[in-house]
Amino acid sequence: MIRVVLPAHLKTLAKVDGEVRVNVDGSVTQSAVLDALEAQFPQLRGTMRDAITKKRRAFIRFFACGRDLSHEAIDAPLPQAVTDGSEPYLVVGAMAGG
Amino acid sequence: MSGVRVLVGTRKGAFIMESDGTRKSWKIGGPYFAGWEIYHVKGSPVDPNRIYVSQTSGWFGQQIQRSDDGGKTFEPVGNQFVYDGVPGTHQWYDGTPHPWEFARVWHLEPSLTEIDTVYAGVEDAALFKSTDGGGSWSEVSGLRKHGSGPHWQPGAGGMCLHTIVQDSANPQRIFVAISAAGAFRTDDGGTSWQPINRGLKSAQIPEEEAEVGHCVHRIAQHPSRPQTLFMQKHWDVMRTDDGGDNWREISGNLPTDFGFPIDIHAHEPNTIYVVPIKSDSEHFPIDGKLQVWRSRTGGDEWEALTNGLPQENCYVNVLRDAMAVDNLDSCGIYFGTTGGQVYASSDAGDSWTAIAEHLPAVLSVEVQTLP
Repeated sequence: MIRVVLPAHLKTLAKVDGEVRVNVDGSVTQSAVLDALEAQFPQLRGTMRDAITKKRRAFIRFFACGRDLSHEAIDAPLPQAVTDGSEPYLVVGAMAGG
Repeated sequence: MSGVRVLVGTRKGAFIMESDGTRKSWKIGGPYFAGWEIYHVKGSPVDPNRIYVSQTSGWFGQQIQRSDDGGKTFEPVGNQFVYDGVPGTHQWYDGTPHPWEFARVWHLEPSLTEIDTVYAGVEDAALFKSTDGGGSWSEVSGLRKHGSGPHWQPGAGGMCLHTIVQDSANPQRIFVAISAAGAFRTDDGGTSWQPINRGLKSAQIPEEEAEVGHCVHRIAQHPSRPQTLFMQKHWDVMRTDDGGDNWREISGNLPTDFGFPIDIHAHEPNTIYVVPIKSDSEHFPIDGKLQVWRSRTGGDEWEALTNGLPQENCYVNVLRDAMAVDNLDSCGIYFGTTGGQVYASSDAGDSWTAIAEHLPAVLSVEVQTLP
């Protein structure tokens, strides 16, 4: 299971508290995690990345293991610590707009 | 006894206010969707329990929420607004071509007759339609593609389709307004569209009487007189009596003819309301005095309504979607301000009371008259 931490507004939208856990079949990449997240919570489609182009929304960042993965290849494998569930994958709303 | 439900969209959430028919005591519910910009909340004329919400965020994009129990609970429905075909370009602020990009839903207009049909006016300007209660959306692309689209330009607030008026007598006729393109009409249910801006004059564009390019802020129609529409333009208050084919100015003795909302008394189709605003840069009332102006003659002759409204040090604005009326025997008028006040009048504007005073900036106000 992959652990995912959502920003507060997306937790409210998904009607969850705390971390979310998603199953990913095959290679654990950012793309696969987001696909699994959106499949489990369809109301999150379009909130983190464009629903059609899959481009990351401008004020959304993706972190894991103390690193900003927002500009990493979307199909690159995530760190082992995310894959084995010891570290979460963080979806972050950028601090912008005051 | 009948009741009233006021649906308020603000910069940081939605609020629902309810009263019985006396309109003396109000219960305020919310904030719903706290922290999100709520551009519009509107109930279905077919079933008042059906309410749609446009919930938007610079971070997380667009959501549409739907309630089927009068606002007690909401569920997210479809949020994909995809332009039909290759979107092409419109004019950018500097006159260069700019690709059409979806930003948000400004206005939701549920069908007058079909419970699951609802229209959405969006930025960049286009009209969308859902026939499954908001689950999926298709562009009514005849509007954007009728020919003038590449010449449309954004207003200061973006290039938004903010007004949708379904003709009360002819289900094939719909009016829309776009800032800053103008007013448009279809007579065949949305397949084909034409600009209806003859008579509008805008000194801010190179050709004052151009077919498109006018910053129309709001249009309103009374159901008993569908050929007559009233318009608050960027500057000028206008009227048509032939379904938009020709407009004439009715600003008359208004202290300024700049403003955003315009609305019509529920039972008197010649009684109209505007909120004069000083200018197109100083977006507040003249001399700090918040005044609604009413014409009982369908324009030209206006009177200031001030009883209960702040008459000093008031520097708020009233946005285009932030005024509405109820249908009770003594017509109620409601409006919200960018200062977070919602004012109500239960006597057609003669006197006003603040029914909320400290909300986030109000973007929209709609009213449901409940059985």
